[in-house]
Amino acid sequence: MAAATESPDLLAPAPRVRAPRRLTLGRVGSLLGTVPFFAYVVTFLVIPTLVVVIGAFTEDGRFTMANVAALGDSYILQAYGRSVMLSAVTAIIGAIIGAVLAYALVTSRPGGPLRRIVTAASGVLAQFGGVTLAFAFLATLGLTGFVTVFLRDHLGLDLYANGVWLFELPGLVLVYTYFQVPLMVIVFLPALDGIRPQWREATESLGGSTWQYWTRVAGPLLAPAFVGSTLLLFANAFSAYATAAALVSQGNPIVPLQIRSALTSEVVLGRQNLGNAMALGMVVVVAVVMALYALLQKRTARWLG
Amino acid sequence: MAGLRARRARRQAVFRWTTLAVAGVAFLLPLGAMLEFTLRDGGGTWALLIDWPQLSETYPDLAEGIVASFGQAVLTALLMLVLLVPTAIWVRLRLPGLRPLVEFICLLPLTIPAIVLVVGLAPVYAWVNYFLGSSSLTLTFAYTILVLPYAYRAIDAGLSAIDVRTLAEAARGLGAGWFTVMARVVLPNIRSAVLSAAFLTVALVLGEYTIASLLNRTNLQVAIYLLGKSSATMSVAVSLAALLLAFVLLLLLSLVGDRRKASR
Amino acid sequence: MNGVAVHLDELRRSFGGVPALDGLSLEIQPGELIALLGPSGCGKTTALRILAGLEDTDSGRVLVGGTDITDRPANRRDMGMVFQAYSLFPHLTALQNVQFGLKLRRRAAGDRAAAMLALVGIDAYADRYPHQLSGGQQQRVALARALAIEPQVLLLDEPLSALDAKVRVQLRDEIRRIQTEVGTTTVFVTHDQEEALAIADRVGVMRAGRLEQLAAPTEVYLRPASAFVADFVGLSNRLPGRLDGDAVSVLGTRLPLVQAAAGGPEVTALVRPESVDVVPDADGTGRVLSTTFLGPTSRVTVAVGETLVVAQVTGERLAELATDTRVRVDLRPVPVALEGVSAS
Repeated sequence: MAAATESPDLLAPAPRVRAPRRLTLGRVGSLLGTVPFFAYVVTFLVIPTLVVVIGAFTEDGRFTMANVAALGDSYILQAYGRSVMLSAVTAIIGAIIGAVLAYALVTSRPGGPLRRIVTAASGVLAQFGGVTLAFAFLATLGLTGFVTVFLRDHLGLDLYANGVWLFELPGLVLVYTYFQVPLMVIVFLPALDGIRPQWREATESLGGSTWQYWTRVAGPLLAPAFVGSTLLLFANAFSAYATAAALVSQGNPIVPLQIRSALTSEVVLGRQNLGNAMALGMVVVVAVVMALYALLQKRTARWLG
Repeated sequence: MAGLRARRARRQAVFRWTTLAVAGVAFLLPLGAMLEFTLRDGGGTWALLIDWPQLSETYPDLAEGIVASFGQAVLTALLMLVLLVPTAIWVRLRLPGLRPLVEFICLLPLTIPAIVLVVGLAPVYAWVNYFLGSSSLTLTFAYTILVLPYAYRAIDAGLSAIDVRTLAEAARGLGAGWFTVMARVVLPNIRSAVLSAAFLTVALVLGEYTIASLLNRTNLQVAIYLLGKSSATMSVAVSLAALLLAFVLLLLLSLVGDRRKASR
Repeated sequence: MNGVAVHLDELRRSFGGVPALDGLSLEIQPGELIALLGPSGCGKTTALRILAGLEDTDSGRVLVGGTDITDRPANRRDMGMVFQAYSLFPHLTALQNVQFGLKLRRRAAGDRAAAMLALVGIDAYADRYPHQLSGGQQQRVALARALAIEPQVLLLDEPLSALDAKVRVQLRDEIRRIQTEVGTTTVFVTHDQEEALAIADRVGVMRAGRLEQLAAPTEVYLRPASAFVADFVGLSNRLPGRLDGDAVSVLGTRLPLVQAAAGGPEVTALVRPESVDVVPDADGTGRVLSTTFLGPTSRVTVAVGETLVVAQVTGERLAELATDTRVRVDLRPVPVALEGVSAS
């Protein structure tokens, strides 16, 4: 399911702190205090991750590259391709619409009621769970949905004349955008807040027009935040599972659904660990994207923090 | 008079209200459609939904899923608090060098999607099943990992806001032991951060589907999904109710956060 | 570069019913540096921003070089502005910041920008980004950027308020030097009276949206036009006195008046601490209450009957004035202002 981020600098680096250097008895005692936490995390986070990584390179207990190589099979590559395309398209659409909405919001009074309500609503909608969201769209655009019926009865328009696209990739694009836009509003708003009025006033007093302000000052300043936020939206869509699982019942067009079939259906002979390999592939993609996001966040924080 | 700035302010206001109005309609439409969909039978669905005994009788799986989800939410919140709060405070006070590592670990789940985590959790949960049975409540263990980034961020922000070191040093100077410092000095001061973390946890757990369904357990979302196959109307009604509940939770969360800011 | 004259004519501005400017009129000579001085809320920043075009005016006119520019948008007013904080664009180097205005006008930027950086003494840091510069250095770059476009008027909105004390003093002398060299008409807004007195050709003391006095620093200090000015600029003792023709009798001394006054005979005279001498005298009417050592000067608080008088003394004199010493308070015959009498 789409994971909502509460704030954009979740990955900002921690401030540097001095560490005590000697391994005294007191220090060992202190370390003991963190054992429960680390033990828990190792059991339920590190080990599963290792299972995935090792399993991707294992077959019948021996090291093999076959699973990873199998990722090159056309149907899996197509799934990755569709996942990437779905994530990219919804990220870009969500980013543009979300940025426009965020800009509209930032011109209002900070701390005022409009801002609070829209921010809270965005928080909820960005969190909007996969299954509940899918059902919401079924009620809206499904075969007997409100809008479908309305268009048919009042405008003579049959939405599904050329097939029921809601349960295929185009449907996913529409539904994903629904939670991508609010996420963008939440993630991009702080960057917009960081734009100081003095920069606009300085541009004007130096003779700049509104166009020049946006192309030479605000645009460049917001670019890292915008790109970073788009990347975050990409990772968000790429990782999403529940929405697609609830909407798509025929076929497995995207990677998370492929993983579902690898886990639940009769395993193709000799490919038990293919699911692990696909999962590893997902982690690699998301990790790269998040790393880029973190880098861009540092730049944003320096300019607009 | 000139009024150039006033004109620009007015233009911005028009843009602002138009854009937000259009967006508001677009985003509230599905919610409205859900309501309309569930009222097509004249409100019988909602009457059934709020009548718990009838509901459990008519849709036992749904009732089981709802109960399971609330149990998971409570247990995950508790486990998260017990695990994360003492560790976060402890690391801040006694092991500041470890803080980047703890932060990295807590943010790791952001990079490991639930669908990936569940692949690796299957063998781990084989052991959990062996020791604790296969009740849906055991999902708590996985959920605590899922909520780590959000809960940690909330608690960490709360700790950052209160200068823990000075408080701890003052208390230690007055003779307090480490447990006293954590329980009676730091904890009361991060109450709203802890509450935020708890709210976020509950909201997240109530919305989780991936791990529950792929580990063959039940929760609210799984129940809704399965219900959709047999009763579209009721499943949409429960979805809407779940969404409104999440909204209320996050609204309360923002109020809690506001009170913290107001008291500073 | 010769400056132009600036004329603010009866500016009025209210925010939500609260008046910020209440009929402000001001004429600035070409090449002059005017300091607008006053407490927060007096309207000095509003006046500056109206001049810059960043704020509308409810009524009144703004004339620069004889031309009415009241209806002209900010980006066509040809003014350079330095802000209190966040002056520079964070994504550009110092040099690029200075070149910004020139590039907007499609003028050759390189030489002039470098020359401006040298003028403000920061050419060594041309390739640094704002976050790599100290507060004082950033303000220098901001000044260079404002001057690079050869503005008709230079506007400074409390540019030194966010800086450390030592940097503030250093930079204000620099600003004065540069302004004199370049010759641009300048308006400098500040709440720091020492700053205003140090650098301005004329000081405009403002209160509640109006000008209380506009005169050279020495005039403002030695011949304050009203009690508010006397109180805001420097310290003043409030001493009871008797009006006596064209002088006022305070603590037994006849003091001349800054301007003729009517009314009285009981009045309150505003006497500066440095005009008060405190001399140890066993028969004196005063008694030392407390002393404060301030480094180059010291202050002594003396009780003369019911009246408290603050005097400024040297370090040597201070040594003779322990608490409870009986002293004589002598007032030097420097012209004083009277409370309740304002500039006409």
